[in-house]
Amino acid sequence: MSMVIREVAPYGEEAVDMTIDDGRIARIDPAGSAPAGEREIDASGLIVLPGLVDLHTHLREPGREDAETIESGTAAAALGGFTAVHAMANTQPVADTAGVVEQVWRRGQEAGYCDVHPVGAVTVGLAGERLAELGAMADSAARVRVFSDDGICVSDAVLMRRALEYVKAFDGVIAQHAQEPRLTEGAQMNEGELSGVLGLRGWPPVAEEAIIARDVLLAEHVGSRVHICHLSTRGSVDIIRWAKQRGIDVTAEVTPHHLILTEELATTYDPRYKVNPPLRTADDVAAVREGLADGTIDIVATDHAPHAHEDKDCEWGAGAFGMLGLQTALSVVIETMVETGRLSWREVADRMSTAPAIIGRVESQGRPLEVGEPANLVLVDPRARWHVNADALASRSRNTPFEGREMSGRVVATFLRGRPTVLEGRLA
Amino acid sequence: MIRHLLSAGDLDRDEAIAILDTAGELARATGRSVKKLPTLRGRTVVNLFYEDSTRTRISFEAAAKRLSADVITFSAKGSSVSKGESLKDTALTLEAMGADAVVVRHSASGAAHRLAMSGWTDCVVVNAGDGTHEHPTQALLDAYTLRHHLSDGAGDLQGRRVVIVGDILHSRVARSNVLLLETLGAEVTVVGPPTLLPVGVEGWPCSVSYDLDNALTGADAVMMLRVQNERMNAAYFPSAREYSRRYGLDRHRAELLAPDGIVLHPGPMNRGMEITAEVADGPRSVVVEQVTNGVHVRMAVLYRLMGALPELESEAGS
Repeated sequence: MSMVIREVAPYGEEAVDMTIDDGRIARIDPAGSAPAGEREIDASGLIVLPGLVDLHTHLREPGREDAETIESGTAAAALGGFTAVHAMANTQPVADTAGVVEQVWRRGQEAGYCDVHPVGAVTVGLAGERLAELGAMADSAARVRVFSDDGICVSDAVLMRRALEYVKAFDGVIAQHAQEPRLTEGAQMNEGELSGVLGLRGWPPVAEEAIIARDVLLAEHVGSRVHICHLSTRGSVDIIRWAKQRGIDVTAEVTPHHLILTEELATTYDPRYKVNPPLRTADDVAAVREGLADGTIDIVATDHAPHAHEDKDCEWGAGAFGMLGLQTALSVVIETMVETGRLSWREVADRMSTAPAIIGRVESQGRPLEVGEPANLVLVDPRARWHVNADALASRSRNTPFEGREMSGRVVATFLRGRPTVLEGRLA
Repeated sequence: MIRHLLSAGDLDRDEAIAILDTAGELARATGRSVKKLPTLRGRTVVNLFYEDSTRTRISFEAAAKRLSADVITFSAKGSSVSKGESLKDTALTLEAMGADAVVVRHSASGAAHRLAMSGWTDCVVVNAGDGTHEHPTQALLDAYTLRHHLSDGAGDLQGRRVVIVGDILHSRVARSNVLLLETLGAEVTVVGPPTLLPVGVEGWPCSVSYDLDNALTGADAVMMLRVQNERMNAAYFPSAREYSRRYGLDRHRAELLAPDGIVLHPGPMNRGMEITAEVADGPRSVVVEQVTNGVHVRMAVLYRLMGALPELESEAGS
């Protein structure tokens, strides 16, 4: 069935008519000139981008289906404009075997709201002791290319070195959760004047930066690529910038929440604002925005981390780390990066679709908006405003840090290989 | 009038002085002949203690009872609190049982704040120590004691020099005292090994020093903090002896204080560690007095948060 998206602006540039057929972009014609399709969508005023790709999502299935399922999480992803997500390995059981990653991959195919690419654990059971069967996961039907013990740092330098080396055989990448464990024992929030005042144990920036520094040097030494998850400090941005200038094959991500929220939210002692790495200072927020704008930070990744209500409706110390992110990510990027003039829409497409697809080696995603390319698309109304209501989000969990907040820009429609997963802002 | 007492920072100068003045009146009213006042008759105070703290718990119990309140004490041992019941569920239970005020001691920083602000309960919440955050009634009783000795039991502590020594990093007593004493006009210096001073302490409303002798010279009061054994195991300092040599208070050091300078300790003391027995039991020590004052100050806090209903006051005045 052919579909014509009328008067849509690719990358926010000159409007065109985009015809989709057989899962691909079949034609691109000047606005108003495309032949009628079997279905027509009036997209005047809307921007079309390649479907967003998240390199860092927690779908919680298997094991914590009370917090999120592959179905609910991918629904949230589609509503947020994503056509592919990478499901982190810290499930129960851990995604450390071909069997578990294939199950996650298949469940993603069934749910159908977006592609699900499982991330494999680096070490067995995320225990940091010995390598999981990385090759088996790479060779499985899930074709795993990204490996991470996310939530736990691969802190052993030898193990990290081996992992970096080993995945070269299948063009994999290690995505490091950079957190020196001894420096962050019992840590609850960013370490600084505020943590001292609040009596919450500090998570010092150096605990992140020291691991990043070590890992870029390891990657250089063994000639591997390395990806740094959710960096959050000015120092981390500086190290990545230095490493790239040196020619080291490093990529880095920042979360939407680290682009907009600061540690002052901890004064509420409300665990909705408890996240790992923690919210940092306004200066760090400025640094990650600069880093994302100048390309030091390659991508935005959500670190969407659903948690059951009881794990957040408690005292700060007992609360779980993490926040929802899939349905608010694009709006945060629009507010912090586009409306402030830091990123063009083409650059948004790069940071949220093309670059993450390349890092994850997902060939069919993050493609240019050209005839013949897969029709993985998102239509965005850049002028729309909406208010976050946790109860209305598709996730099974409610732990958004943006409850009640006005957000910039809205996802109107999402297409996965030509098939609408979201239309008029609702699941299709 | 504040609704809860969560942080010493909640108190402005007038409010803090009003509590101290009320404590003074209550101390005089509950002398040897009359132990009990009818102020909180029919009201229920729940002591919710997730951490062992015999002295603070008993002090709050005595305070509530002397105001004729009904007192229920939940402590971590022997109640559902130890069976993993959440703070929220316990709060809902207390609410359902008709508690008017909750005095909470919890190992998590911010627990009292959460209890007060989360909508789980409408009770008045009094923070009796939350993790490594604050212990505001301890600061009030310390301020009361300081005022008694240094300012004739009235007004504020303008210009008085107070030194707080020890594990500032983990001390809720220090945090609350720094805030309250600053509010009352005192000049506070915190002293400890750099490992036991929080990152960012330069931003606190006090001076910071690593040199105890220098800080003590001419000071009006010194407050010694308890050093927990586990701090030594975590290598915050090399040995108890070294700590004691550098940051312990012995008679020689105590003599560096102003002639009428006093020595405070929130208890329980590690005699021989942060304070020698000679100083703890010596003429400058007001440690026992602090305990007595604790009851009066806690009475004043409960009285002002629970008892001072505007309509009752106006009736009494008419």
